[in-house]
Amino acid sequence: MTEANTLPSGRTRIDSLEMRGITKRFPGVLASDHVDFDVQSGEVHALLGENGAGKSTLMKILYGMYRPDEGQVLLNGQPVTIASPNDSINLGIGMIHQHFMLVPTLTVAENVALGLPSSRGLLTDLDRVSKRILELAAIYGLKIDPDAYVWQLSVGQQQRVEIIKALYRGAALLILDEPTAVLTPQEVDELFVIMHQMVKDGHSLIFISHKLHEVVEISNRVTVLRDGRKIGTRPTSEITKQDLANWMVGREVSFAPDRGNVECGGPRLQLKNVSCGSDRGTPGLRGVSLDVCSGEILGIAGVSGNGQRELAEVISGLRKSTDGQVILEGQEITGLSPAEITDRMLSYIPEERMRDGMIKDFSIAENMILREHEKKPYSRSGFLNLGEISRHADELIAQFHVKTPSRDTMAKNLSGGNIQKVVLAREIFRTPRAIIAAQPTRGLDIGATEYVRDQLLEQRRKGVAVMLISEDLDEILALSDRIAVLYEGRVMDIVPRDEATPARLGLLMAGVHPEEGAPVVK
Amino acid sequence: MRSRLSTLFDALLPVIATLAALAVGAVMLLFLGINPIQAYGSLWQGAFGSSNAFAETLVKATPLLLVALGICISFRGDVINIGGEGQMVIGAILATWVGLTFTDWPGWLVITLSMLAGFVGGAVWGGIPGVLKAYFNVNEILSTVMMNAIAVQLMNFLLRGPMIDPSQAQLASKIPQTARLLDAFHLARLVPTRLHMGALLAVILAFVVYILLWRTTLGYRIRAVGQNPHASRYAGIQVPRYIVLALLLSGAFAGLAGAVQVFGVNYRMITDGSASGFTGSAGFNGIVAALFGQLHPLLSIPASILFGALLVGANSMQRAMQVPSALITALNGLVVVFVVSSEIWRHKRQRKRMAVAAREEPPPPSAESKKPNQAEAGA
Repeated sequence: MTEANTLPSGRTRIDSLEMRGITKRFPGVLASDHVDFDVQSGEVHALLGENGAGKSTLMKILYGMYRPDEGQVLLNGQPVTIASPNDSINLGIGMIHQHFMLVPTLTVAENVALGLPSSRGLLTDLDRVSKRILELAAIYGLKIDPDAYVWQLSVGQQQRVEIIKALYRGAALLILDEPTAVLTPQEVDELFVIMHQMVKDGHSLIFISHKLHEVVEISNRVTVLRDGRKIGTRPTSEITKQDLANWMVGREVSFAPDRGNVECGGPRLQLKNVSCGSDRGTPGLRGVSLDVCSGEILGIAGVSGNGQRELAEVISGLRKSTDGQVILEGQEITGLSPAEITDRMLSYIPEERMRDGMIKDFSIAENMILREHEKKPYSRSGFLNLGEISRHADELIAQFHVKTPSRDTMAKNLSGGNIQKVVLAREIFRTPRAIIAAQPTRGLDIGATEYVRDQLLEQRRKGVAVMLISEDLDEILALSDRIAVLYEGRVMDIVPRDEATPARLGLLMAGVHPEEGAPVVK
Repeated sequence: MRSRLSTLFDALLPVIATLAALAVGAVMLLFLGINPIQAYGSLWQGAFGSSNAFAETLVKATPLLLVALGICISFRGDVINIGGEGQMVIGAILATWVGLTFTDWPGWLVITLSMLAGFVGGAVWGGIPGVLKAYFNVNEILSTVMMNAIAVQLMNFLLRGPMIDPSQAQLASKIPQTARLLDAFHLARLVPTRLHMGALLAVILAFVVYILLWRTTLGYRIRAVGQNPHASRYAGIQVPRYIVLALLLSGAFAGLAGAVQVFGVNYRMITDGSASGFTGSAGFNGIVAALFGQLHPLLSIPASILFGALLVGANSMQRAMQVPSALITALNGLVVVFVVSSEIWRHKRQRKRMAVAAREEPPPPSAESKKPNQAEAGA
């Protein structure tokens, strides 16, 4: 072909990009230690690693957001200097950030044009932009309406806008930073189709993720980073998920936690036809009925924003229900205050642990008593019993392996995994009758995730009723005995673990009953 | 090593900021043709030069400290109390009323009751904006300032009318002041100076507030609500109630400051029509002293003494060097600006260091045994 070097977008392709010996130091930490990384035209190269392994640092260097202390970047064999994102865009490198950089109140075309000079000087050229967007959309099979407002689009569609934006700016190489984190399984499949098409056309893609099965599915090669160092690069076909996990963590990781068989007791936590509002004033829950038995983990699956937060808050008393009943151990707790519900031994691991579960400027010891600070032995006739509080903190720190310099360390100085351990320790230590765990492993690395999941399973073994709210389907499938899917504030269906497949749950999460095959009318 | 140095630096930062403010003030003095070394010499003499001077400094520091203690409570609860002036006035009015009414009761009882009355008066005046904030979402900065205006007008009305000194009422001049308190009701003095027991009371209360904030369930809750209302709700704390309490207690300490001013220094209330005529702006300067003391009740003690010294010393500097009084005001302002800015700068620096520390944080260790290859990586 004459356009052997040209991409469908009209842009010259990047045959190879190589990062050599990249080193980046931050005060007191080596974020990237002589890392080599390369990507060829027509391949997906996955970059895998735990939080803080140096993935972002490496990619920020490639995108011109950081300057490396050592090492060089070679484009088609020629050394290049990338001093700013502008440089990298000019070289044909684009980045899809995990958090979209879109203005919701502008249209797709306006978002794409944002920051670019207009071909008409002071006047806008949105018609030309729209035309070009449609061209690109046709070439790459991205369905998009240039005149739609971004706020009207689903998350998956917004991601497509980001991709179009990068292509419009002439990206030949795309960095996708955890692109699947916010998508439903169906949307992930659609994204992968788009990625396959782009690779076939000669684009180079760097795929950052910590979801192993996705990496195995989409990438041609995979590079694993740990603690700023490169552990290795392999063709994906030659390595197993287990090997990758061990590389990432640096030790053996158990994938399928041992769930064991536990007899389900009677229903311990029951919701009967519960409705409530949301912060936006729209209905949050619409007539939800659920049972959680003792010794059972009930998984709540669903795409973010379909009532999960409201569900957790209504049960824990932080949000008032407008209808229905919440019953714990046969006693109605609807409308009780958070303190009264805590007293009935319901524990809650909140979704936003830094906002709801922790006080950043309080010490670990003070955070450990957050829920029972006014009770004996932590308080006596209005005075805090500092000795007992310290002893309690030391005990929990040891028992739950919280890594902290001391119990007096401020919570804000702990890593995400250790903060979650503090929350977990506090909520579990009080021997609850039921636990609501909302997104308990979000943002945690593999080691901490494994720990949290083991602890939840341990609670299940002890006969606690556990409600696990998670957007991570793998987690839901790994831990739950039954799975309820929330969509638009309703329970779409409750599926026993043995009958649940990602495909079936995915459809339910999108509001489709597999039997009926049609979306539920809102 | 580095961290210890920077901790020391943080602790000394307010002092450095004060010195920097004085340096800028020195330039201003030079422009006015005044020798700054002499001027600051007289400032020092005026504040610390004799036992009398030092006693004056402590007398000035006392209301500052009492107000500052209240500010420590409210700011820790994340409510901004700008109403110290009004709370002082109301506290003073109530205390004075007690002192002028129960004239045949024993001194110790009247003094105790008057101090309590001051405390309660300030609490009411702080509690009203507290209720408005907690239950009606009224911005407390605005409401406390407005309450100041109401308090001043109330004082002017009472001192011209119902509470006016009976002897003045008969004169044509009608100076707006109350009758003088009986000698038995004066706070005891450390003769021969003007230093009174109120200073001791303030220091004792500083320890009480320290215990309140860090050793009681109430203090835990006020701080929790101030730091993170979301997590406080989750902890089962009734957030609005503690917002009210924080403002109420804050006002109570200011009210007590007003009572102490009357019973320890003036022995009567007199008004020139403004709040500062009575308070000497202690209701505002106490905020600065509290910030200077990093919102810590015990650190507020030296902070209040420093500001008391500045006020007293500046007066003597004005007398000795014929410095225009506007410059004294400017000097005070400079100290406030420098100290507050340095505080903001310290916070930013701390956050930056924290961000670096967060990146340094290695992944959590595996609970179980480490494999050999990892041990080598750690070495």
